Amino acid sequence: MSDSTPTEQEQTAPTPEPVTVHGLPLTDSRGQAVLHPSREQYIALVKKLLDDGYAMCVDLTAVDYLLRPGRPLPDGIVHERFEVVVNLLSLRDRTRLRLRVQVPESDPTIATLFDLHPGTEAMEREVYDMFGIVFTDHPDLTRILMPEDWDGHPLRKDYDQGRIPVQFSADSSATAVGGAR
Amino acid sequence: MSIVDTIRSGNEPEQGLQPRSELTARELLREVGSVLRMSESEAARLGEVPVDAGDDQTMIINMGPQHPSTHGVLRLMLELQGEEVLRCKPIIGYLHTGMEKTGESLTYMQGGTNVTRMDYASPLNNELVFSLATEKLLGIDGDIPERAVWMRMLLSELNRMSSHLLFMATNGMDLGAVSMMIYGWREREEVLRFFQKVTGLRMNHNFIRPGGVAADLPDGWRDDVLRLLDVITPRLDEYDVLMTGQPIWRERLQGVGIITEQEALALGATGPILRSTGVAWDLRRDQPYLRYSEVEFDVIVGSYGDAFDRYAIRLNEIRESMKIVRQVLDRMPSGDYRIQNKKVTPPPRARIDESMEALIHHFKIFTEGFKVPEGETYVAIESPRGEIGCYIASDGSATPYRMHVRAPSFVNIQCMPHMLRGGLVADAVAVISSVDPVLGEVDR
Repeated sequence: MSDSTPTEQEQTAPTPEPVTVHGLPLTDSRGQAVLHPSREQYIALVKKLLDDGYAMCVDLTAVDYLLRPGRPLPDGIVHERFEVVVNLLSLRDRTRLRLRVQVPESDPTIATLFDLHPGTEAMEREVYDMFGIVFTDHPDLTRILMPEDWDGHPLRKDYDQGRIPVQFSADSSATAVGGAR
Repeated sequence: MSIVDTIRSGNEPEQGLQPRSELTARELLREVGSVLRMSESEAARLGEVPVDAGDDQTMIINMGPQHPSTHGVLRLMLELQGEEVLRCKPIIGYLHTGMEKTGESLTYMQGGTNVTRMDYASPLNNELVFSLATEKLLGIDGDIPERAVWMRMLLSELNRMSSHLLFMATNGMDLGAVSMMIYGWREREEVLRFFQKVTGLRMNHNFIRPGGVAADLPDGWRDDVLRLLDVITPRLDEYDVLMTGQPIWRERLQGVGIITEQEALALGATGPILRSTGVAWDLRRDQPYLRYSEVEFDVIVGSYGDAFDRYAIRLNEIRESMKIVRQVLDRMPSGDYRIQNKKVTPPPRARIDESMEALIHHFKIFTEGFKVPEGETYVAIESPRGEIGCYIASDGSATPYRMHVRAPSFVNIQCMPHMLRGGLVADAVAVISSVDPVLGEVDR
């Protein structure tokens, strides 16, 4: 194990030295360790962490920060519309580590983790389906929850919620299932 | 043409299993190789994939989405060569109702009603993980009253029992032990009857809420739990007679749907599937939440990673849960069942009659909800099916900016192609059953 693993002592120290993991500053979110790699650093970092014992990628999801352009991020991280959130788990050290990767709206692509953590196959398909983020070199990037011919990506913030009109209801103002605005 | 260009041009690829003639050997080997964490050439040397089988030798058939053994609306596309399964692809989404999108418009107070409907076989664990994530964002995760914490443990363990009893029933039904279906359902009903007494509902309780639980335990709850344990203990021994030691049952399950430790870790499988490969990983012990560090229980592991191990693990986990429930009975403290924080939980009913301020707080909480500080967090607990996680990103308002649930079934279902490869189509039913997916959680 490298010396960069966060320990409780390091996190609660009164004047903490900036702890880094593979050259990236380790930030704290409600007591949980978070790293903010760039898209270029992402795959290499996950590979190094895999060698460090983070053998399982338990979760991969995304957030559309369209409505929150000025959200707080560590220094040096450029806000982008999308954020891919990866939760890694080390069974050996019983620690978790979260990666938050900024993905711009103009080019919503990011490399796939499939070759390192094949368990992300379905999760990346879900993120593609729900957010339209394309995972390059993914073996089977198709919609997973929505039908093949669906338009738009439902979990984007500019995608209307919509509702199905209730039959025989006096309230006829309910809109039909909405597509993208 | 790269995948990016294909998608930009508006021609999205089809979801289904591609015929073999449209695949290259590289694509086939990549799937196997990456799961084993080895290169394609090493995977080829293993010879697990008969890459030379042509289209005229194989047949793609659909199993589901309306098939009794798929536990809902799971559709499996199987590529068969005779009776042998060469490849398989689970197709999901038939039960997708956009619960994560819905969660963005419900307040934290209302969120429980949404998440409890995801894994409908263990609703209380869903509520628990959502509540724990919300409490972590609020910064009150250390202030929850002891009684609420122990009540949550009691309900979570009873829910694990009812969920595994349901597995016993459906697993028996799938494999032809039809009487087991009736027995499993009968025992589960005993647990659900207790839930009904406590929460008012058999399922989808919305009982565990941010700040504690919705109500105190009813009078006589202790006798009810003891009676429940007394009823179920001998019946588990009957299951052993009916199934565990029975030659037909063992023949049907042993050596079927084998998955290795390496594959399970690579695929992100958790819960009984991971433990069946011999990895002793249980979040209740390894990353304790609530007061699991204060109770005694064993983590059940298997050694072969087959369907029989997964059955035996679940059966014994019921026994371990009963052990925990007995300890909870001994240690259940008295006190409040929810935090007395007027910004998070409604005031006691009696206060509303005498205090204008209490009335206002009550009104505000139920109309506007409570505001949660900006931030993001991921909380994971051990549900009967594995690690259920809740990722909430808050923007400081009363509704989550993004609410994501890491559903164990959704991830575990990816193990099926690897468990089924090279097996017989008749064993597919046993394998699907042993993964124990709940489709409400898979599709969300």
